[in-house]
Amino acid sequence: MSEQIPLLILLVPLLGAVGLGLFALRRPAAAMPVVFGALGIAVLAAIHTLLRIVDEGGSVITYNLAGWDRLPERASGKAIGIEYKIDAFNALVLVLITAVALVNALYLRARIAVECAGKEILYAVLYLLLVVGLCGMVITNDAFNLYVLLEISSLTSYALIGIGRRRAAHASFNYIITGTIGASFYLLGVGYLYMQVGTLNIGDIHEVLTASAELRASASVKVACMMIMAGLWLKMAMFPMHGWLPNAYRYAPSPSGSLMAPLVTKVMVVVMLRVMVNLFGLDYLFAELNWRPVIVGLACVAILAGSLLALAQRDLRAMLCYLIVAEVGYMVGGAWVGNEAGITGVAYHVLSDACMTFCLFLAAAAIILRTGEHRLGAFRGAFQRIPVAMTAFTVGAFSMIGLPPTCGFFSKWYLLQGGIEAGQWHYVAALLISSLVNAVLFFRIFEIALFGKIEVPETGVRDVDALPRDTWERVPAATKVGLVVAAIAVIAVGLLNRPIALWIGKALNFIEVAG
Amino acid sequence: MDLLEYILGKSNYWASIVLMMIGLHAMISKNNLIKKLIGMSVFQTAIILFYVSSSAKRGAKIPIIHPHGDHADKADHAAEAGHHAADAVHHAIDATAYENPLPHVLMLTAIVVGVATLGLALAMVQKVYAAYGSIEEDEVLAAIAEATANGASISMPSPSDSPAQGDVSPS
Repeated sequence: MSEQIPLLILLVPLLGAVGLGLFALRRPAAAMPVVFGALGIAVLAAIHTLLRIVDEGGSVITYNLAGWDRLPERASGKAIGIEYKIDAFNALVLVLITAVALVNALYLRARIAVECAGKEILYAVLYLLLVVGLCGMVITNDAFNLYVLLEISSLTSYALIGIGRRRAAHASFNYIITGTIGASFYLLGVGYLYMQVGTLNIGDIHEVLTASAELRASASVKVACMMIMAGLWLKMAMFPMHGWLPNAYRYAPSPSGSLMAPLVTKVMVVVMLRVMVNLFGLDYLFAELNWRPVIVGLACVAILAGSLLALAQRDLRAMLCYLIVAEVGYMVGGAWVGNEAGITGVAYHVLSDACMTFCLFLAAAAIILRTGEHRLGAFRGAFQRIPVAMTAFTVGAFSMIGLPPTCGFFSKWYLLQGGIEAGQWHYVAALLISSLVNAVLFFRIFEIALFGKIEVPETGVRDVDALPRDTWERVPAATKVGLVVAAIAVIAVGLLNRPIALWIGKALNFIEVAG
Repeated sequence: MDLLEYILGKSNYWASIVLMMIGLHAMISKNNLIKKLIGMSVFQTAIILFYVSSSAKRGAKIPIIHPHGDHADKADHAAEAGHHAADAVHHAIDATAYENPLPHVLMLTAIVVGVATLGLALAMVQKVYAAYGSIEEDEVLAAIAEATANGASISMPSPSDSPAQGDVSPS
């Protein structure tokens, strides 16, 4: 019985979404209980899976959907059906996705009736389906199933953005066009691979590629790799293919923004890692292709461009969106540096970046909600007016800059170490410059928060303390709980750096050995 | 001559690549949002053709394996009765005689995905039209720039705002 538990992570939110859509369209009150229930069970199942893997010393759970076992060894030993595969790293990401979605649902509950009145059920359905798509992408071991789940999560993202007001529709349309090009490139790449290799199971593709020197040298496998990478980069908003991201996350309803900003790009990075490590294999990528100089160079440009564009923004959420673009550069660069420290760093940075982005977006949403202002001026007197949100924002900001003991410090440390070991000095320089820019960025905000004056129309400039206190607390209590949890997570993921890095290393090493 | 053979011998792939480029061009460079979507459909269909044509095989059979084998009509049932099981296995293994069904099955899913994407995109175009009164991208962008210049709020609505129902009507 307990070997079925990993599937619950996908099944319960999926059934919850379908059930809501079929039976509860006229009962908006049912939306939040179902979301909380489904995500709660998913979190528990994910934690159970993680603990089971840790208990068994880093085993890999393989789940054959619908009982389609592999062919017997004498026939070819290949997979027939869709296979899900969970190792320690995937399980960590699963816990992360479901937990972020659950905590964000606390904020969602406070906002859904305001921002999506009359569409509560539809919104909840999309919300759950997005979680299903993201979780599925992390654990599926089938290249085509990955495409389907990619499109499930993309379609729900488009809708979750487009459900917002006015400009959201146009931002969502641009995202649809770019996202479809990205997914189609991925599909085309998988098609090339399938025609060459004759299987869609990621592990089997890797085996066939490793066994055949002819295939490793073939141009179509190279083109397939290029297509898949380009598709994934479009989906993860790698500079200069980032155009869709800032507007999409900025104009989306705020609960959508705080769900997608931490998760969607990060899950795409996880998929890229899987494609690199499990599908093509690091040997093939770095011995055969030798694209490292180009891609690490591109990543450096992405890091610098993202940081500078963030510095140029006056809008709070736009600034955070460009920081995501820079972070994607960190992760693509770290992965293509291609040594153990770099790839461990990327896997770790996926976790820590998700935590800190979530923390920042949630805090930003609370600050904008509280002050009614979306520019950096919103921060005037923020430490006194909205202490909880501002404290969470500070923790997230410290992590973005990379100050210990937050998680951003430790993951950046691994990335730097990877860059230094590989002698990719421009990557190291880009990381350091970007950290400095982040420091400027956030200390500018702290300055506004600590020393900025509030202008009151009738009486002119006044100190914050002079404002009546009863207008200060409009951030819902549930959101505050979410903020506290997010801030604690940022620090906890940092303090747990040793076990996390150990399990990531074990998971990735195990894959290399078994590959 | 070699070049001609090169092109004709892989005509299905060339056709799908040409279609793909037409679609990509329309998606990127057309100004009209609906034309962009037409390009998107052409692009997706080109990939579907690419997959399906890769499974085509001259003289191949439909991949349905008859439990009694193909020579059930050759009479002599009694003699073959004992060999049915062996026959079925033989036919299942002799895969070269059949067309590969998997690309078709995969593309069935891709078609569904394409339909969903198109439907969602059309809904977004409708919403854009309701908000800005145009589906020409430059006019929409101009309207957005104008709204931004007029200081239209893009911040989150406060609880006192009217519910989202009315937000798509042109103002």
